[in-house]
Amino acid sequence: MMLYALCFLLFTIGLYCAVVKKNMVKIVLGIMIMEYAANLFLIMLGYRIGGVAPIVDASQLEPGTQQLVSGFINRCVDPLPQALVLTAIVISLGSLALMISICVRIYGKYHTFDITEIRRLRG
Amino acid sequence: MDGMTIIVKTIAGWVKILIFLFGVYIVLFGHLTPGGGFAGGVILASSYVLLMLAFGRRYAERNLPLPVASKLDCAGALLFALIAVFGLVIGSSFFVDFLYQQYLPGQAFHLVSAGTIPLYNIAIGLKVGASLFLVILSLSVWGKDTEPDMSAEEEEIT
Amino acid sequence: MVIFYALALFMIIAAIIAVETSDLLSSVICVGAIGFGGSLMFLFLRAPDIAITQIVVEVLGLIILIRATISRDLTSISGDREFFGVVVSMAIIGVIFLAGMQVLNSLPGFGTPIFSLLPNAASQTYVGQGLELTGAPNLVSGVILDFRAYDTLGEAAVLFTSIIGATVILRTKSRKKAKAGGSDEWTA
Repeated sequence: MMLYALCFLLFTIGLYCAVVKKNMVKIVLGIMIMEYAANLFLIMLGYRIGGVAPIVDASQLEPGTQQLVSGFINRCVDPLPQALVLTAIVISLGSLALMISICVRIYGKYHTFDITEIRRLRG
Repeated sequence: MDGMTIIVKTIAGWVKILIFLFGVYIVLFGHLTPGGGFAGGVILASSYVLLMLAFGRRYAERNLPLPVASKLDCAGALLFALIAVFGLVIGSSFFVDFLYQQYLPGQAFHLVSAGTIPLYNIAIGLKVGASLFLVILSLSVWGKDTEPDMSAEEEEIT
Repeated sequence: MVIFYALALFMIIAAIIAVETSDLLSSVICVGAIGFGGSLMFLFLRAPDIAITQIVVEVLGLIILIRATISRDLTSISGDREFFGVVVSMAIIGVIFLAGMQVLNSLPGFGTPIFSLLPNAASQTYVGQGLELTGAPNLVSGVILDFRAYDTLGEAAVLFTSIIGATVILRTKSRKKAKAGGSDEWTA
């Protein structure tokens, strides 16, 4: 339970950074920290103490047949959260590219990264 | 943007083909060992990004030009959708694994097995690799010395 | 279990440094350290697919961030917003944290996955009959490309759209000028 609390603390640190800071790149970094914390929490939900990774090799089968040893399902970690997090990590890279391209274009027009300045100047 | 010193250029010339080969291995054996299409595609993109960082943007653009990367990206996405539609035409429903269930079961733990899963991995690897290289190459136009001056003109989004 | 606490504490310290420092290069490197600690933690949580994907994605993310920030003139901006806004934000985030702790108390403890408590969970089929229904020894690949292939189709669509959006935003010549000027160079 302490580990869940530490992961949620990481999420709230990212939330604080995204809400309070003035620099555009710092806001993007806060969103990245929130995404790392969310992925970590999902994987921690599926862990089993003393478990094995969800990959079958030839020693897990009954000798001669293709059936799994019946104890494998009691020792394996959950593969479903891993499947969900795999696509989420690659989508976070795509959204980072989009956010940074918006920041670069705003810098090209206003020559600053400060969001309070952008409201005052009229381009 | 220029490249780096002669030491970095020499080593990058030897290492880039190893990184590309490792990416192809992770994509192809995605149904047997950890990995799969997404991780392998990102490794393939990073081999071309190494080329761009070490030799300069002009050299990397001559090696894999922007229109070719864009078309490879679209081809990967189209291949993924086509294999799924084949499941509808040949098999019983959309996305069904028609190779494993009817035509080519293969043996477990070999490279040719698990039906359409290696084909999906190849399509995803192609798509992810080409699109990530495309976005990093587009971003590198906006460097400090080559930044186009956009502050004075009215830009229309068409 | 000690390794989990050590890595989680490393990630929290790196996050606090990334938020509070005023130099942008240090913040970017600290976020890279968070990603690296996360990848090690995935490895110890028995998820090798996710560890490989996280480390390579974090390296490319660092390249994108450094390319955007370091080649600019300005790398340090002072201060936060006004004081009253900061105090109200921290109070609301404190309330969110306490509410979250109430919810986390009702989950099963760390180390018991939910599918071991419910006899008709989906993962019972994925683990128990995954090898004979899909033929793939890597059960995570079997889940994302055979049992739940619609999620992968949605992910491919989202990635495609966001990359197209980023490429269009970074165009250097608008299309009217290209048609009127007649230049040959294709500028994405």
